Amino acid sequence: MSATPVRRARSVIPGFGITLGFTLTYLSLIVLIPLAGIFLKAAGLGFSGIWEVVSSPRVLASLKLSFGAALVGAAINGVFGPLLAWVFVRYRFFGKRFFDAAVDLPFALPTAVAGIALTALYSPNGWIGQFLTPLGIKVAYTPLGVVVACTFIGLPFVVRTVQPVLEEAEKELEEAAASLGATRWQTITRVILPTVLPAILTGFALAFARAVGEYGSVIFIAGNLPMISEITPLLIIIKLEEFDYAGATAVAGTMLVLSFALLLLINLLQAWVRRRNASAR
Amino acid sequence: MSQDASLQDPPSLPPEFGAGPLARRNAAITEAPWVRYILIGFALLFLTGFLFLPLATVFVEAFRNGWRLYLAALIEPDALAAIRLTLLTAVIAVPLNLLFGLCAAWAIAKFQFRGKALLISLIDLPFSVSPVVAGLIYVLIFGAHGWFGSWLSDHDIKIIFSTPGIVLATIFVTFPFVARELIPLMQEQGTDYEQAALSLGASGWQTFWHVTLPNIRWGLLFGVLLCNSRAMGEFGAVSVVSGHIRGQTNTMPLHVEILYNEYQFSAAFAVASLLALLALVTLSLKSYLEWRHGDELAATRKH
Repeated sequence: MSATPVRRARSVIPGFGITLGFTLTYLSLIVLIPLAGIFLKAAGLGFSGIWEVVSSPRVLASLKLSFGAALVGAAINGVFGPLLAWVFVRYRFFGKRFFDAAVDLPFALPTAVAGIALTALYSPNGWIGQFLTPLGIKVAYTPLGVVVACTFIGLPFVVRTVQPVLEEAEKELEEAAASLGATRWQTITRVILPTVLPAILTGFALAFARAVGEYGSVIFIAGNLPMISEITPLLIIIKLEEFDYAGATAVAGTMLVLSFALLLLINLLQAWVRRRNASAR
Repeated sequence: MSQDASLQDPPSLPPEFGAGPLARRNAAITEAPWVRYILIGFALLFLTGFLFLPLATVFVEAFRNGWRLYLAALIEPDALAAIRLTLLTAVIAVPLNLLFGLCAAWAIAKFQFRGKALLISLIDLPFSVSPVVAGLIYVLIFGAHGWFGSWLSDHDIKIIFSTPGIVLATIFVTFPFVARELIPLMQEQGTDYEQAALSLGASGWQTFWHVTLPNIRWGLLFGVLLCNSRAMGEFGAVSVVSGHIRGQTNTMPLHVEILYNEYQFSAAFAVASLLALLALVTLSLKSYLEWRHGDELAATRKH
């Protein structure tokens, strides 16, 4: 890395070499080299080798479940996340600060704890499960349970992405719309929604990306039946426990490529949000 | 409450305006009361169903069979070993990532160099990697069939299925927390204070200790808080490298899993309740910092 500080500050502020050096070394040792290792190992299998593993019915079923459940969970959060953000930003009610702070619970609660708690809650004799069972809805130990877990862990991503944008949104625009004769509904769909839509999409993508790779909160409630409720991260662990290193690497490499593609998409979305906000000023 | 009133309802008009045209104009940018109550109702119902009930479940299940069994589950040797290992892991992983976060933020915020944006993205990378994959990468390197596997076993060094592997995996998943908190904060603050201190004859170390550190202390604490919470609660990555040896390579979350899979639900929830308590303490401190020192945390902070 060509370390040429362009600022005159170069001569004044010390420690550039040592801090950047440590940063790059630590980053390489902990993150970059180990991650590169997985791609090297996967490359050793060749494209046909990877395809053979990934296209097996059990892996395909797990990918479908992981991505499908994450998508549905993110979509649920895409509706309720903005609703929560709206209520927190625009309305006044008792205990608002408490509820607002509680949104971060899925970030803070260890995933295994969330997993067993959700399972107990939605099992046939759990607090929520006992009401769903007579209706013929089974949540625990079915793909629906995976959706519940994905919704749980994804919620803060959407709320925390939409909330600041709503706070920044100018009320003058809404007043202008209203004074021009727009109904409240028209103002919401034509003025407010376009402003926050990029943020909703970003939050959606963040929640989706997190849910796809999620393990701890999902495996307890999923039931883990092969072909039905077995998520991809669990399949990686199963392959590893069978000493099928090549198989585990192929699946993990595929997941990594997919999540990096998602990351790229999220970055593009965020750049779009920034540009839009900048040009709206 | 009152200082952010502008973010909430439109300001109420003096009574002499009554229900005149101005009052209507204000009403035009908010919803009818019944709409508001329904929306608030839905929001709180959703929060209750998805957040509060699971949290309550943990504590209710933990105490289902009484205090005595609850305590017994916590002071049983395997549980104590798990608590010790979890604390040990955090005590190693958090300071290392703190040191890294400080160095990375110093280099990125105080200097200009090429590839900075790329470096920032790379630091965030561990957040977009599935925890299971995070564990797997170390198994591929240090595991029995990994690249250094035979060398390590020749020299009788155990990394996978042992404490070093657990620490490594934890460092990986908590890698960005402190750095991503400090980078935007220190970028906002610029270098003016440091330059002043240095020109007045302070050494580099004095400048950092007496000028930079006091400016970033709350952001630092914030990052450490989140880093520690994740380090103690990490499950997926640690599960891959741990080997699940009771009393030896079991962290608290893994101990919860083992008890749960053995149908010792009360014991599982008892240990889980400690972790839930940690989450609650973290959340409270985090909210307090945001409320009390919000302006000293980075404004551009994203979660």
